[in-house]
Amino acid sequence: MQAIPPLSALFARSPFKPMRQHMAVVHDCVGLVPGLFDALIDGDAAALLAAREAIDAKESEADAIKNDVRLHLPKSLFLPVDRRDLLAILEVQDRIADVSQDIAGLLTQRELKVLESMREGLRELVQRCVEACGQARAIIDELDELIETGFRGPEAARVEAMIAQLNQTETETDALVTRLLQTLFQHEQTMDPVSVMLWYQLIQWIGNLADNAEKVGERLLLLIAR
Amino acid sequence: MEIIATHGTLFLVLAIVFGLYMTWGIGANDVANAMGTSVGSGAISIRQAILIAAIFEFAGALIAGGNVTATIRKGIIDPGPIAQTPELLVYGMLAALLAAAIWLMIATSRGWPVSTSHTIVGAIVGFGVAGIGVDAVQWAAIGQIAISWILSPLLGGLIAWLLMLSIRELIFTSDNPFLSAKRWGPFYLFLVGWIVSLVSLFKGLKHLDLHLTNLQSLMVATVIGLLVAIAGKLMIDRVQPNVSADRDFHFASVERVFAPMMLFTACAMAFAHGSNDVANGIGPMAAVVSIVQSGGQVGQESALPLWILGLGGIGIVVGLATMGYRVMQTIGVRITELTPTRGYCATLAAAATVVLASKTGLPVSTTHIAVGAVMGVGLARGIGALDMRVIGNIFVSWLVTLPAGALLAAIFFFIFKAIFG
Repeated sequence: MQAIPPLSALFARSPFKPMRQHMAVVHDCVGLVPGLFDALIDGDAAALLAAREAIDAKESEADAIKNDVRLHLPKSLFLPVDRRDLLAILEVQDRIADVSQDIAGLLTQRELKVLESMREGLRELVQRCVEACGQARAIIDELDELIETGFRGPEAARVEAMIAQLNQTETETDALVTRLLQTLFQHEQTMDPVSVMLWYQLIQWIGNLADNAEKVGERLLLLIAR
Repeated sequence: MEIIATHGTLFLVLAIVFGLYMTWGIGANDVANAMGTSVGSGAISIRQAILIAAIFEFAGALIAGGNVTATIRKGIIDPGPIAQTPELLVYGMLAALLAAAIWLMIATSRGWPVSTSHTIVGAIVGFGVAGIGVDAVQWAAIGQIAISWILSPLLGGLIAWLLMLSIRELIFTSDNPFLSAKRWGPFYLFLVGWIVSLVSLFKGLKHLDLHLTNLQSLMVATVIGLLVAIAGKLMIDRVQPNVSADRDFHFASVERVFAPMMLFTACAMAFAHGSNDVANGIGPMAAVVSIVQSGGQVGQESALPLWILGLGGIGIVVGLATMGYRVMQTIGVRITELTPTRGYCATLAAAATVVLASKTGLPVSTTHIAVGAVMGVGLARGIGALDMRVIGNIFVSWLVTLPAGALLAAIFFFIFKAIFG
């Protein structure tokens, strides 16, 4: 007798669960970034390298899930949402892991000195960015419930509130970025030019973590708004 | 006439054997599909599903199964031209049964989602063309059946969609979904009991000599619906919210309310399926029995013997218990996107459509309706993802089954004719 009954074949693998899995892995990945900066500030080269390897591993894991979702999201899928919207969200989610990897790469390529006056601000910025990504993950975790309610009602209002909160967090990270850049500007005369350039880039990249987290929320808002 | 007198007992035995073979296949595959939504949503276990199916398939066949049988026996071909040679009709019906049973086996072993109804209709048409002539096939009836193949998934889908929307409106988008689910649960259960008993009362009970007026039927159905609602309310009241599960999926508690309700929809589905699909196997069997017992009278008005319905029910239950178990296990593991609420909508919609269709005598396919109902739930954004390519394949297999059944039946018809003369 048949092994796969037709009715169950009717159900393609829902992409929503892998979407959540992907975001969870991305969150794990970005969660390793604070450790990276701790190691940098402590001047612990071994810990820095270990953190970078852990981030690389998580980034690959996220990539694998991302590719899997893309491969198993054929045009013929009968989705309750526009597949382009879904792929766009996935893209932004993945960028968070990519940026984490870029940051880790930059920190291990060159020996960077962290100015005393920047340490606290740096830690705070990284922490806030990770929080923003956690908030994005919590929002993606609501996908199932959103589908259940047809993206309407109290559930949609709840998610909208979560997205508003994420936007708030992102605005705060913007302020932290600005303050760090100002500190950097004050000290750039005493630093070598290449380091200054890299620091400007690095701080932007850290800010990008929160930017991308915010975009995850904004993309999801588009699904609700439809 | 002599052929029937000489081989009468043999024909009867063959009819029963082929009929059981056919109903065994229906039970092994079709029933498993019908119960799949209930098992797949995790609301009932496979063991429970088999028990429910055994009881309610049988009851459905016995209580409401009479009408479709008549369509299978008389509605598809006109046996008039061969009234003088009734053995041809016997060969034809035996050939149709065997062809359908074998095609069902071939298709299911390859995983082709064919419909038993299509198979038997195709087989009878094949015999009609081969044994009587193209004109003997009542093409208008075939056309009507073909329309029902489009109509039944649409109807199933529409009902499922409406149910899904109502659950969303009343429960999921309310301020306290869990309490709303408890409040509206009995109402949804009433619908299950009411729809299924109403439609089977309307037309299915003639051969039980139970004649009710429309108003009486309405009242009886309402009483049954209320009884189901009360029984369900007692079960629902015991459901406690599961706070820890709510952290992962915060409608988890709502789904817990719908889980016991699936018991009732599963019963309704099994009943509906039994009332409709059992006829596929026993219609031709009944035709042979009627010809042999009347000593060669064709097209005579005869009541369907209850024992034949019972035999069909037994075949289905045995098929389910022997092979359907495995099919259902696979469904239970594979369908993960069906929550109890979605399963409830899909199953009730399918059950309502099946009983509605069997009331009008159209041999619709439970598989089609189930597909339609599940798509309806999907359209209401209730399900993560449906694979449109699979739906496309199902449509193709629907098209292939008719000629395949027809060809096999024609071949078997000529073999029987060669053996018995």
